[in-house]
Amino acid sequence: MITPKRRNLVIVGNGMAGIRALEDILTRAPLAFNVTVFGAEPHGNYDRIMLSPVLAGEKTFASIVTHDRDWYARNGIALIAGEPVVAIDRAARTVFGAHGTTCHYDVLLLATGSNPVIIPVPGHTLPGVIAFRDIADVETMLDAARAGRRNAVVIGGGLLGLEAANGLARNGMTTTVLHLMPTLMERQLDPVSAAMLEADLVRRGLTVLTGANTKAILGTDRVEAVELTDGTIIPADLVVMAAGVRPNIALGKAAGLACGRGIQVDDGMRTSDPAIYAVGECVEHRGAVFGLVAPLWDQAKVAADRITGVAATDYVAAVAGTRLKVTGIDMFSAGDFTGDAGAEVLTLRDGARGQHRRLVLCGGRLIGAVLYGDARDAGWYFGLIQDGTAIAAQRDDLLFGPPAAPAVDASVQRETVE
Amino acid sequence: MIHTACPYCGVGCGVVARPDGAISADIAHPANRGRLCSKGAALAQTVFDDGRLLHPMIGGKRARWDDALGLIAAKFRQTVAEHGPDSVAFYVSGQCLTEDYYVANKLMKGFIGSGNIDTNSRLCMASSVAGHVRAFGEDVVPGVYEDWDEADLVVLVGSNAAWCHPVLHQRLLAAKAAIGTKIIVLDPRRTATAEAADLHLPLAAGSDVALFNGLLAFLKASGKVNRNWVAEHTTGLDAALDAAGPDDFEATAAACGLDPELVEIFFEMFARTERVMTVYSQGVNQSSVGTDKVNAIINCHLATGRIGRPGMGPFSVTGQPNAMGGREVGGLANQLAAHMKFDDPGDRAALTAFWNAPALTPKPGLKAVELFEAIEAGRVKAVWIVATNPADSLPRTDRVRAALARCPFVIVSDCWPTDTAALADVVLPASAWGEKDGTVTNSERRISRQRPFRPAPGEARADWWMFAEVGRRMGWEAEFAWQTPAAVFREHAALSGLENNGKRVFDISRFADLDDAGYDALQPVRWPAQAGSADEGGRQFGDGGFPTPDQRARLVPTPWRGLPARGSRPLILNTGRIRDQWHTMTRTGLVPSLMAHTPEPVLTIHPLDAAAAGIAENGLVRLATDEGEVVLRADLRHTVRRGEVFAPMHWTDLFASTGPVGRVVGARLDPVSGQPELKATPATVTPVASLFHGLLLRRTGSALADVCHWVRVPVESGQLYRLTGLRALPEGDDLPRFASLLLGAPAGAELLEMTDPGRGVLRVAAIVDGALEACLFLARDAPALPGEAGLTAMLGGIVADGFRPRLLAGRPDCGVADEGPRVCACYGVSRNAVRHAVVTHRLNTAAEVGVRLRAGTNCGSCLPEIEEILRDVRMPVG
Repeated sequence: MITPKRRNLVIVGNGMAGIRALEDILTRAPLAFNVTVFGAEPHGNYDRIMLSPVLAGEKTFASIVTHDRDWYARNGIALIAGEPVVAIDRAARTVFGAHGTTCHYDVLLLATGSNPVIIPVPGHTLPGVIAFRDIADVETMLDAARAGRRNAVVIGGGLLGLEAANGLARNGMTTTVLHLMPTLMERQLDPVSAAMLEADLVRRGLTVLTGANTKAILGTDRVEAVELTDGTIIPADLVVMAAGVRPNIALGKAAGLACGRGIQVDDGMRTSDPAIYAVGECVEHRGAVFGLVAPLWDQAKVAADRITGVAATDYVAAVAGTRLKVTGIDMFSAGDFTGDAGAEVLTLRDGARGQHRRLVLCGGRLIGAVLYGDARDAGWYFGLIQDGTAIAAQRDDLLFGPPAAPAVDASVQRETVE
Repeated sequence: MIHTACPYCGVGCGVVARPDGAISADIAHPANRGRLCSKGAALAQTVFDDGRLLHPMIGGKRARWDDALGLIAAKFRQTVAEHGPDSVAFYVSGQCLTEDYYVANKLMKGFIGSGNIDTNSRLCMASSVAGHVRAFGEDVVPGVYEDWDEADLVVLVGSNAAWCHPVLHQRLLAAKAAIGTKIIVLDPRRTATAEAADLHLPLAAGSDVALFNGLLAFLKASGKVNRNWVAEHTTGLDAALDAAGPDDFEATAAACGLDPELVEIFFEMFARTERVMTVYSQGVNQSSVGTDKVNAIINCHLATGRIGRPGMGPFSVTGQPNAMGGREVGGLANQLAAHMKFDDPGDRAALTAFWNAPALTPKPGLKAVELFEAIEAGRVKAVWIVATNPADSLPRTDRVRAALARCPFVIVSDCWPTDTAALADVVLPASAWGEKDGTVTNSERRISRQRPFRPAPGEARADWWMFAEVGRRMGWEAEFAWQTPAAVFREHAALSGLENNGKRVFDISRFADLDDAGYDALQPVRWPAQAGSADEGGRQFGDGGFPTPDQRARLVPTPWRGLPARGSRPLILNTGRIRDQWHTMTRTGLVPSLMAHTPEPVLTIHPLDAAAAGIAENGLVRLATDEGEVVLRADLRHTVRRGEVFAPMHWTDLFASTGPVGRVVGARLDPVSGQPELKATPATVTPVASLFHGLLLRRTGSALADVCHWVRVPVESGQLYRLTGLRALPEGDDLPRFASLLLGAPAGAELLEMTDPGRGVLRVAAIVDGALEACLFLARDAPALPGEAGLTAMLGGIVADGFRPRLLAGRPDCGVADEGPRVCACYGVSRNAVRHAVVTHRLNTAAEVGVRLRAGTNCGSCLPEIEEILRDVRMPVG
């Protein structure tokens, strides 16, 4: 029996997108590649989405590790953790690690992820100013709390910022969220839901300042306070920048790959170099960049199909849904929840219970949804959005969730009882 | 257990109030022998103190009885002194007990010195009274209820007895089952009574005189005139025949808008049946030719001598429990007292002496409609309105209200707030049924006791007491000194025997010496009951002996003058009762089960007339007459004739935005009886666009603000309102304000809200202490509204946390299906439940339906509807 020569697959990025693509590749063609994975962090792969529960003390780091070093070993994968790749020689099909490791590839998959946006205000480099991106950031925050530092300021009232703020508060720090926009999580929540969220967070002990524009981070040896443009000064022993992420394209750009905001890929997740694929938060597909996990899974599948050659599938960007991982706060947002002209908006509000639903319809179909306070029906709505189900007939009941099992004809029931 | 009499219609059923609050039929009472109708069966639900008038009010402020009565006495004295006795008036009611009536009549006619006491019986019975007096010389119903058992043919004219006198109708149906009584119904509408008849003649509204004239001519032509009897006991046959015209049933049919064959069958059945009764009610009375209708009917019975013998005779069925008692005491402006006559100097002298009356009025007073015209014109300056609601029940209600609003002094005594009480200067809290103590007389002259079985709430007092107090305060202490209703009754009984000696049939002098214990124990008894006789009154006039000077009855010529001109209005508006409501709903409107049969006032219109006017089923209709306009929901049915529409008389400003249908009813008067034409007002209809639809449920509330078309339906835990937009829903920020106005939620209520502006949908619910306080559903299109039943069941209930979001779905998963209108009010069985049972169990008869669902087995007034459902279901498809 002749074993065909294995080709070299190199994956740059030991994160969720890269490793999901690897798993998909192994499923499709377990023996096709010699695989090498470079990771900047000195760990196996972990579920980055679950960093918030770790910070909040609801989970341990060990419990969110999805692929430990054994997994790589068992699958014959070379893991080079803690050594970022610094260059690609596309002509030689070789990557170069920061510590001197070089590796030839037949196929290269870039999954370099994204970097947090650090707002370049004065003082942003002071010790005590961190992002919330990886387990090291979580450790820094937990250390700060354990060290008895009292005041935390989180800049950015988006998904990540609020999860960080909640985690810090849960660890006993007096936490203030600064948000530039008038309402929290404006990319996921309508103003009504956002107001309910703000009330819920305040009830949990957070201080929330909206319309808060950071002017400077103050301190001499380390951070001491945050100053706003209106002159407000908020004491801070720790500042977490959570003002968004930017695709990490440095490596791809340096290698001469076509880049926009991200590394540009075609529908087959292939970059401008046919031997190089890219998935995850580092890519730009048809002008869009990605920050949620669901599209990553889809991209991984397409890349695996293409790399193994089992199918020439195309990636189609799908609507993604968002949840905030703050225990006790149930929300879901998906699709176009604003609604342009031509769209119609349905709402359901229970102010006393802090519950709100907002559905956006267009052309008799659901195109967006925000569920705040009770997101149990999120899956159902998400399905309606994804499937483009015609909902005209059920419009009056749409806000109330999936139809219950067919009711028994009451009169028949009575007859039987008699 | 207290034996008393039902406060509703003129059948006068006996009921028994038990200590546990239950109220059931009196098996021993001869009027009903253990039967009750849906309204009677729900009496217990009307006995409560919530919402009652509890204290005298002067100018809207609580006052002491002493001050209120003193003010009334002073005002009446002053008004009479300044403007004469005819500047004051009482407007009383067939709901008053005989004792109330007696005291009021005595005060006005004998002491204030005016004839200005009239009663709402003017709207009900006046034409029958006038017809009786013209024909017999006295207001006497010749027959008795036993005739209903013994007749071979019963002709019901203008009577929907199945709904309005259900217990008598059931008695008739029982006789039909037992001896095959034939039933003919003459009514423009195919009513439930017509459904249960052998023959229905849907005659044109108001053409009854032509029909009975034709019948009289036919009886003559077919040799049915009882020559000997007529010769011995009557006068006027020839003149009556002359006026009746030729025997030509084709011409009669044409005049009545009837199929000639139907007319011929009716005439022949009447002619060949000796034991024939003609039962008539408001369809005859409420007419500008009502008295002629009555006499045209009586003429046929006099001509054939079919009167006062078993199973035969004309039989007027009264609408109210004590219409007859009021007539006995002289409660109508054109009656004196105790069937004595204004134009008999002997009667007047005797009465003056008996009452020690300082100022016995020499002439009749103003009849109801004229009375309110006199108030409007400022001639009557002080009026006391008792137990009736003329702001809703009189025709031309807007004029009535305007008149009351400008009248210098208006007193209203009643049990509940009414649209009339809202216009009063002094409001007096009256004791209600169950608290009152006295007597009533039913349609067969039977006097029954109404006995109290509960204390009156607050400071509510009996009406007779109020009149007596005012009489004493006006200076007549001795003449108004009674301390008990028994004392009043004794005086009334004594008066009936005064210089009577058979001159007047009405004689209850046997009770002139009845002691208080005897009064308390008085058993139902029919008059006449003369002193010295032990028998109760029976049939009258079988052997003549009419209370006229020559002891003969009069056949009164009733020439047919044709139907009144309609002017430019193509339709005729008929009004009347529906099955489960009573008058202006002050009592029945409190009972959810009685609201379920017809929850909303609808205008019944023939589908072809509706189509011609562009009116859709359930759409809104603007009904306009020369008097004004109202907006009602259209109910398309073949049960009305083309060119005629029907609206119920019951709804008021407290129950519907459009208020009483009386707003548009004209007031053309019968020239003899003064009774207004309530059943034939020329009208036009036009469709009204419904720009939104709404459903509002509130635990509390009565009338709504005037923001849309609304109808209020009391339900188990509060009020349900059906809303319809005559203007578009407000937009933007105005919409929440509009919703909040309707919702009326208390401050601090938790609000749930759903919006779908694209469909004009807004839903709001208010939760207080975890329970559903109110909810409002608005939608541009009716189908976007939820069903009523499930939501209604939720009102006032605790809303489980997990259920809150679904609440606004409007179909709580609590297993309450929307069942459609309630057919059987007694057992709460819906139309859909009956249909379902009929289909599922292949039921063929109403009796089988009764066995399975109990529907129709109590009062039986829904049996015609059950039959209709059976017919519908069995109707072959296609």
